[in-house]
Amino acid sequence: MGYLSIALIGAGVFFFIAGTVGLLRFPDTLSRLHALTKADNLGIGLIVLGLLPRAADGMAALKLVVVWGLILLASATVSQLAGTAARREGRPR
Amino acid sequence: MNLVPLGLVLDIGLGLLALAIALFALRTRTTYAAAVGFVAFGLLVALAWFRLGAPDVALTEAAIGGGLTGLLMLNASARLRATEAAAERERPGVPLRLLALLAAVAVAGALAIAVLALPTPAPTLAPLAVANAPVTGLGNPVAATLMAFRATDTLLEKVVLVLAIVGVWSLARDERWGGRPGRRHAADPNGVLVFFARLLPPIGIVFGVYLLFVSADLPGGAFQGGTILAAMWLLAIMARLADTPTIDQRWLRFWLIAGPAAFLLVGLAGLAFGSGFLAYPEPLAKPIILFVEVVKIVTVGVTLALIVAGPPERRGGEGR
Repeated sequence: MGYLSIALIGAGVFFFIAGTVGLLRFPDTLSRLHALTKADNLGIGLIVLGLLPRAADGMAALKLVVVWGLILLASATVSQLAGTAARREGRPR
Repeated sequence: MNLVPLGLVLDIGLGLLALAIALFALRTRTTYAAAVGFVAFGLLVALAWFRLGAPDVALTEAAIGGGLTGLLMLNASARLRATEAAAERERPGVPLRLLALLAAVAVAGALAIAVLALPTPAPTLAPLAVANAPVTGLGNPVAATLMAFRATDTLLEKVVLVLAIVGVWSLARDERWGGRPGRRHAADPNGVLVFFARLLPPIGIVFGVYLLFVSADLPGGAFQGGTILAAMWLLAIMARLADTPTIDQRWLRFWLIAGPAAFLLVGLAGLAFGSGFLAYPEPLAKPIILFVEVVKIVTVGVTLALIVAGPPERRGGEGR
């Protein structure tokens, strides 16, 4: 269980690093958003999955899952809004 | 095998990151980037408070320092966009910059000396607060300190909120007085923001109220909860699902002063029936505190939302 947890958290961290590199290196807003959503969706998701076996009890585990859900909701909304704004500006930077 | 404790590495990293972000916010050229840096700085400082074992302060810093003040600054930067280029060309002269440097170094130095000069262990009333918290019926010593032992400070803090909204409203132009604060936001009625603003508030309102009630025994409080309520209201306003109320309405004025007024009434009741100003009779301490907190969370929510919304700019029916 411990190794599985470490492997999942490690994978999550990998997606965060990949997302950060993408954010810094990609040429325009839409591709940078693409990189960021990978960190938000897969990165946080894998880290939460990895933390679940370490949660003190069922309630703590449930809270982790709810936090994950809220982050998914917020990041999906924000990236949609940022993407729309970038397209409306017409010159994706 | 642990040469350096992992927690220490994390703390040093956090401190360095906070310093780097602060430097970025100060050095960056546009006010927008500076405001974004300020928000990130607030979140890092919240993490630092958490690492210092002060989750109550961390919650407040994240909600007010990072969230609400950040939103205020982003709004301000949007308003300043037109004047940005002119402001950038204007560079202060060398003497002024030297003076600013000197003032900053003096303040930072004085703070550093004050902190370093503290005896170890630092003088503290924390054990006293922890030992006496049960008297108030509260399990969280921070809440007991805020609502009972140092209630005067908390009362004054609520008065400051009223002063802040008076300050914001006094920026209104005469002919706009009594109108709606802020501009009417544009939002696609079928867009994702509207969906988000319908989905999130039920969760946020429950969480804000939960933060108030849980603060009896765990970190939380009316201020943190009220900030979340304010954020939910602002979200609905930004998604055009709601509009800011015209500022001449009685219910609005009532809730703006209800928090400090209820607190003050309780304080005066203590003077009349109890042992002094803001002295609660022991068996009633918790119900009284709960009453003040419930009124306060509404006042905090309404006040903070209206501070962010800004001075009245539109007539009642305008911009629909």
